[in-house]
Amino acid sequence: MTPNEILVLIGGFSFIALVAWYFWFSSSEGTRIESGSGGIQEALIKVKGGYSPNVIVVEAGKPVKLNFLREETAACSEHVVFPEFGKQATLTPNKTIPIEFTPEKPGEYEFQCAMGMLRGKLIVE
Amino acid sequence: MSKDIVCGMEIESPSSFKSSYEEVDYEFCSEKCKTMFDAAPEKYVPHVHEHHADSTYQITTNGVEKTTLPILNMHCASCAVNIEKEIKKLPGVQKASVNSATEKAYVEYSPSETSFSEIIGAVKKAGYKTDGATLRLGVRGMHCNSCVSQIERELAKTPGVLTANIDLATEAAHIKYLPSETNLTNIKTVIERLGYQTFDSSKLAPSSNKDELAMAPNTGDDQVDENQQAREKEYKSLMIKFIFAAVISVPVMIFSYPDFLRLPEQFQRGTELLYWIWFSMGVVTIPVMFWAGSHFYTGMWAALKNRSANMHTLIAVGITAAWLYSTVAVLFPQIFPTQALAEVFYDVTAVVVALVNLGLALEIKAKGRSSEAIKKLMGLQAKTARVVRNGKELDVPVEEVVLDDIIVVRPGEKIPVDGEIVEGSSAVDESMITGESIPTEKHTGDEVIGATINKTGSFKFKATKVGKDTALSQIVQMVEDAQSSKPPIQKIVDKVSGYFVPAVIILATLSFMTWYIIGPAPALIYALVVAVTVLIIACPCALGLATPISLMVGIGKGAENGILIRSGEALETAQKLDTIVLDKTGTITEGQPSLTDIVTTNGFKEDEILILSASVERASEHPLGEAIINAAEEKNMTLFEPENFNAIPGHGVEADVDGHKILLGNLKMMRDNSINVNDLEVESSRLADEGKTPMFVAIDAKAAGIVAVADTVKSDSKEAITQLKKMGLQVVMITGDNLRTAKAIARQVGVDRVLAEVLPEDKAMNVQKLQSEGKIVAMVGDGINDAPALAQADIGLAIGTGTDVAIEASDITLIKGSLKGVVLAIQLSKATMRNIKQNLVGAFAYNTAGLPIAAGLLYPLFGILLSPLLAAAAMAFSSVTVVTNANRLRKFQPKFSSK
Repeated sequence: MTPNEILVLIGGFSFIALVAWYFWFSSSEGTRIESGSGGIQEALIKVKGGYSPNVIVVEAGKPVKLNFLREETAACSEHVVFPEFGKQATLTPNKTIPIEFTPEKPGEYEFQCAMGMLRGKLIVE
Repeated sequence: MSKDIVCGMEIESPSSFKSSYEEVDYEFCSEKCKTMFDAAPEKYVPHVHEHHADSTYQITTNGVEKTTLPILNMHCASCAVNIEKEIKKLPGVQKASVNSATEKAYVEYSPSETSFSEIIGAVKKAGYKTDGATLRLGVRGMHCNSCVSQIERELAKTPGVLTANIDLATEAAHIKYLPSETNLTNIKTVIERLGYQTFDSSKLAPSSNKDELAMAPNTGDDQVDENQQAREKEYKSLMIKFIFAAVISVPVMIFSYPDFLRLPEQFQRGTELLYWIWFSMGVVTIPVMFWAGSHFYTGMWAALKNRSANMHTLIAVGITAAWLYSTVAVLFPQIFPTQALAEVFYDVTAVVVALVNLGLALEIKAKGRSSEAIKKLMGLQAKTARVVRNGKELDVPVEEVVLDDIIVVRPGEKIPVDGEIVEGSSAVDESMITGESIPTEKHTGDEVIGATINKTGSFKFKATKVGKDTALSQIVQMVEDAQSSKPPIQKIVDKVSGYFVPAVIILATLSFMTWYIIGPAPALIYALVVAVTVLIIACPCALGLATPISLMVGIGKGAENGILIRSGEALETAQKLDTIVLDKTGTITEGQPSLTDIVTTNGFKEDEILILSASVERASEHPLGEAIINAAEEKNMTLFEPENFNAIPGHGVEADVDGHKILLGNLKMMRDNSINVNDLEVESSRLADEGKTPMFVAIDAKAAGIVAVADTVKSDSKEAITQLKKMGLQVVMITGDNLRTAKAIARQVGVDRVLAEVLPEDKAMNVQKLQSEGKIVAMVGDGINDAPALAQADIGLAIGTGTDVAIEASDITLIKGSLKGVVLAIQLSKATMRNIKQNLVGAFAYNTAGLPIAAGLLYPLFGILLSPLLAAAAMAFSSVTVVTNANRLRKFQPKFSSK
């Protein structure tokens, strides 16, 4: 093996390790929503190539209101779906579209765009 | 003290200026106000409590006010409890109950202790909003802020008005109110009484406040339009980007392969000219990447921040790698050990951007078609209704129609909301809701469904369901919910797609390393091309779109045909069924007895028997009697008034009609009255064998004949059952009737297994028994009596009754009461699942075959290596293929093979 090949080998494996760690094994901090005056846990989620914040921590048994603001026209993000809650919304660009429900059971619930390319997680505690 | 209702001034009572209107005396401050009042008293007298029947707001005798308040976005029973608690905390509230199903609060309170707005405040405190209609109204004659606050104050005091905001600059009033308690006219009167003029909002300048508009209740259509516009905009922008990238691609491609295309000598490798051409290619592909392909970078960046990756990540990495390598090769060729390595791949960058953009644009076009069904449904809603109020017909927006309003519909017009005909009759085209193509005859007392079209006659009907409760709104809601649900098959896909993109990146890296180390020379070039090809050919889109897009089209198609599939899970189970249990009454049969036979004897005539027995039955309330009366009425017979009516339980009825003594009953009754029935007895048992109920008729102590009544089989039940059997399903009939009647019906329609004499509460148990035989069972019945059995079955199909479509226990609702709907539902489920599987298999096959080929697995064996350009084309069209395949479902037609 030439030194170049060894370099590519080492570089390649470290890149693979980085990719695997970044996407699968590191966990990003969730954004905790405090309930507002009316007892509603309300948050603004910006939609542009992804959901930010994409991990949202809420309390069980209290109504949740997630305001989605789609800041792009790319078709991928047109729908947001909460399959476990049977909720979906068509996000009109640059307009705040609320999704409201009350999670009763603690757990992790995914939300995503129609194709599942953009994903987020709702952690109910 | 008294109040001048014209100018609102407090005046000394008794006043010298008096007038009376509708038996009430009014006092005024001056002659001027009195003249104004006399000229048009109805303008000043409040109408609020005028029509008690329409209103849900009333004062009871003991000074307690009752009010109904719609509440927004209640999702659970616990919400109801919270709201109730908050309202009950208020002083003077005697009763508060919140119904989570109707999303309404019923409150009884004493107005002296608490106010309407305090109740709204309590609901807000519990974390909810009250619902209402929003009205935009122009107000003229305001000069200062005090005018504004005066109107706002006065409106806030008006019962039924939730909020009132007036903008002086635009002269626009935004009023949120409860349509059940007040209306446009009242609100206008309040403002006009204060001395201001009102005008139609269409003359107002368009509102600049977007939120305000978003609050308006009728934005459903607007939002659909807006989404459509956004989609068109995106389509156009992608097409422009595609054209730009394509135009750049052509020369870039030509000069990337000078030797392959045998360009003239001066363009060959190593020449000064080609060097500068390559240099300029590097420059012109910059806008291709960062303008035409900007969405790949923004998409990648947003995903990376969230520690996720998507299609954009793959494309962005691929095109950037190609561009960077090429640029290094152009600018610093000396760093490469051999000149062969100083190769450019600007064509990859330009062509990939062009093709992927084209693919995305085509996908948007195709997806627009997939959601057409729901758009069509939403577009069905009528905009206005012609309501009779205070004896006058007025056109009001459909949102302002309240329960019990009387609405006039002329031929050719759309019926605005659900209701019941009170006057007139017509044929109504209900195809848009039920899928039934033949117009239905409607008479007084019949139900009409909103959004259907009145064909022939004019009629008036009473609104029984408005707003969110109409059949159409519920259908739209159910379809949307179902489209967002996931069939179990999708759960596997979700798991895979979560790992997909990073896995592709890893695969690309591995391919690069392999080709670099053991690949042929020039190793670096091969390694790079292979890695970029792997990144570009992978298409997570096709995988992610496969299920949802087919589900959307399939469920939408069902809704078009009057079949509401509640979830993706129901759809997946429906195609696995092997046994179908049909309730007899109301499902196979009409559910209402009707006259089937008249047998005559002793020279009596059919009409004579019918008219006399129908006349007798006028005094009885038996449903069988009703069938006889209906038959007589259908023949336009004038019935007589029965006298000396007597019902003998277990025997029959007797009465004197038109001077004759009529007996109507069973054989025992005839024998007790020593009437000789002769050969009628044979006829009677024949009719009974056919599942009919025969009744002997005797006129003046002489046997006259038999009238037979039966629950008739729906005209298309037999055809549907035959088809179900052809589809390989075992068809079982379940009924509470006796075995003889049940068997008779079963024979008529071709059912082989009959479960008769089953008590209503045992139906669920019988379904369970079938399930324990290892069968996947569907139960078809009505949503009320059969609810437990519907819930027990693997799939419960509820036959809808008119406007009641949201039947809780059911997985599938058939709006049109025909059994053919069952056939259609199963066929549609099969077609949709087949389509989903095709899509998934296609997407999986594409990715599992495409990735190894792109990685160069075929190279050692056959010397085949995929060009990144081909990879881009394949990727772009794989998701278009998925959507196009799903759109084939739109052409779904139920199949009824001929016998």
